[in-house]
Amino acid sequence: MLDGRGAVKRRAGARLWLSGLWLALVVLAAVFAPLVSPQDPLAQDLMLGRLPPFWMPDHEPGFWLGTDSLGRDVLTRMIYGARVALVVALSAGVATCLIGTALGLVAGFYRGWADRIIGRLVDIWMAFPPVLFAILLIAVLGTGLSSVVIAIVVIDWTRFCRVVRAETLNQSQMDYVHSARVAGFTRLRTLVAEILPNVLPVIVALLTLEMGIAVIVEAILSFVNLSVSTDAPTWGGMIAEGRTSIYQAWWVLAFPLAALFLTVLSFAQFGEGLRDRFDPVLR
Amino acid sequence: MSAFLEIRNLSARLRDTGERVLRSVSLEVPVGAVQGLVGESGAGKSMIGRAVLGVLPKAVEIVEGEILLEGRDLLKAKPSERRRLIGTRTALIPQDPLTALNPSRRIGPQITDRLVDILGWEKARATARAAEILAEVDIPQPERVMRLYPHELSGGMRQRILIASAFAAEPKLIVADEPTTALDVTVQKQILHLISQMQARHGTALLFVTHDLGVVAKICDSLSVLYAGKVVEETTVQKFFAAPQHPYSAALLAATPRHTDAGASLEPVPRAVLDAVSAEIAADDASWRRHG
Repeated sequence: MLDGRGAVKRRAGARLWLSGLWLALVVLAAVFAPLVSPQDPLAQDLMLGRLPPFWMPDHEPGFWLGTDSLGRDVLTRMIYGARVALVVALSAGVATCLIGTALGLVAGFYRGWADRIIGRLVDIWMAFPPVLFAILLIAVLGTGLSSVVIAIVVIDWTRFCRVVRAETLNQSQMDYVHSARVAGFTRLRTLVAEILPNVLPVIVALLTLEMGIAVIVEAILSFVNLSVSTDAPTWGGMIAEGRTSIYQAWWVLAFPLAALFLTVLSFAQFGEGLRDRFDPVLR
Repeated sequence: MSAFLEIRNLSARLRDTGERVLRSVSLEVPVGAVQGLVGESGAGKSMIGRAVLGVLPKAVEIVEGEILLEGRDLLKAKPSERRRLIGTRTALIPQDPLTALNPSRRIGPQITDRLVDILGWEKARATARAAEILAEVDIPQPERVMRLYPHELSGGMRQRILIASAFAAEPKLIVADEPTTALDVTVQKQILHLISQMQARHGTALLFVTHDLGVVAKICDSLSVLYAGKVVEETTVQKFFAAPQHPYSAALLAATPRHTDAGASLEPVPRAVLDAVSAEIAADDASWRRHG
């Protein structure tokens, strides 16, 4: 009979809501950047350099979080920086996910030579120090947003591949997979219709984690000036600039850093929250 | 009575070490009959069931022999032909009801998928059939259960669903791989009764893999006793329980606990018997190597 497990309500999950709320805020800011920003992100005015945020003395109305040494509004640049962060998070995250998942599924399900080749490739790949690898790739590809995305995908597909392979291997041992094979379904159909839905919760958790990582990598590359052009507002670029004037104007560094921290944390928490909520086995 | 499934001289070995795991196994399952396959764990009894259904683990390879289903050799058939034969004529009742249903899919499609995609039934007919067969295994409110996920059901319920699913397409042969082992003792008896009832009603041949001689006595017509991948005795259930022929079978029977004699200590299979069977197998292997 029904054993009542289905009737137990799961607690709403504060982390899902809190992280979701922050991510929604970042997305809205990125989408409506021109409408919600108080200033022009590129406008410089040396007379307005290093203005403090609104609660400190000598602040200027309209520049809520202060300005940097060139007089550019910190809040506005953060809002525009969210665009770059999100574009990188989405495109690099999804592309990494697709490539890593496909290879992981094949390796874990078909085993044999495919598994051996993919496995060795992952081993070799993971032996490279990732940041140096990224810098090397950018040096070859040239700077720019698409290069950043490609670099992240090329470096990080292994993370998906490893985890998805292990989970696929695990699921392949289950009796339901044998039953599907006995019923006469092809291997491809078994993989896609039976195994993939059970690996999906792991993939979703990894995808959000990967988006957070992509945001960090983009920030690192901006920090060393290898991302989009120096003028364009990015969180990493702002942190790099803020670093030089940290004793005179800490806010130039602190706010984008906080935004970066919260976003990366939220991506990871959001993924875990989704997994808790939708994984039928954990449920 | 002609044999629906016939296995002739089936030998299999591990790919990496070359160790033989099945040693010239021959057995027959006549149409509508229940054939038991007993042995200790590791004797290769599940391996035979899986070889028939074409789901052997990757590490095992078949080196010789024939598996004839309605007279057609599955091992020589093309993969697509084999898949069709197995998919339309046979079904599996797996061992562990907890992993045998896909946890992320609803019950209904897990039963009807095969009817629709492999046997080409209309969706509505398949759904009606699933509800009918679920009712037959005493699942209350079948339409509602078909919309549930496996984790919402108990182990006994899930095993009933797996039995229903196996019988849904009216296969000619069902391989039951220790179907009661993972269950509670109280549920075991009901499930066994259910399988035997369904088998009789549908006239399905059953290859029943188990380590439990008590279960064999209740459900099987004849049985094969396996030791280290070799059939040491093949006989009918009456003859076996009256007078087992092979010393290993006799020892196995003597080792079975009886509730008529509750205080008695359990008899292990004597060392001498095991040595004798091992010697028999070694001789067998030697002659196999000479020919192979």
